[in-house]
Amino acid sequence: MTPVLFLAQRLSAAVLALAVAGHLVTILYAIRGGLTAGDILARTHGNLAFFAFYSVFVVAVAFHAPIGLRNVIREWTPWRGGSLDAALAVFAVMLLVLGFRAVFAVYAA
Amino acid sequence: MMRASHKQPGFLAALLHRLSGIALAIFLPIHFLALASVLNGAAALDSFLAVTQTPAVKASEGALVVALATHMTLGLRILAIEFFDIRERTVAVLTACAAAVFAVGVAFLLSAG
Repeated sequence: MTPVLFLAQRLSAAVLALAVAGHLVTILYAIRGGLTAGDILARTHGNLAFFAFYSVFVVAVAFHAPIGLRNVIREWTPWRGGSLDAALAVFAVMLLVLGFRAVFAVYAA
Repeated sequence: MMRASHKQPGFLAALLHRLSGIALAIFLPIHFLALASVLNGAAALDSFLAVTQTPAVKASEGALVVALATHMTLGLRILAIEFFDIRERTVAVLTACAAAVFAVGVAFLLSAG
């Protein structure tokens, strides 16, 4: 792993440690007594704190997951080089786009 | 074949960290797509949530929550090793990780009940 990727992986991990802890608490709180779209939107619609928290979450995960997958693929398979990096860059962009679309959907819908 | 190093608790921790990370990476895009279905109206998301009420999907959800807790706690272990040098207490740290994951799993089961 290059120094830049190592740093990005560890920085995003530190952010995600806090974000995931918050997300787990949210999950355990939210699912009590069942979960409906109305329940979710009642908490998230127009909630700027929610929007900011999950935007940071999406950015951190879009860095963290592809770098982690790159490490695993390089160690467990023969796949290397530019095609692997390109595929994971696409995966990172996909996570960013889908993640922000989801955050926006439950914030603004 | 299991090498001697593969019997070390640190190897098991690294393996679980990786496997849980792979599971989460596969799940994330699906999770995002499900949430974004609300763009087609709350009923679209409710339709998806209705599917999640089946026992198999509920079990998968529980497994993913446990995977998330596993990946987080074992990731904290790596950060602690790299930045605070606590290598000599691997077993104690892994026990704490397992306890935290177990607590999250039980809390999920009780909440989802």
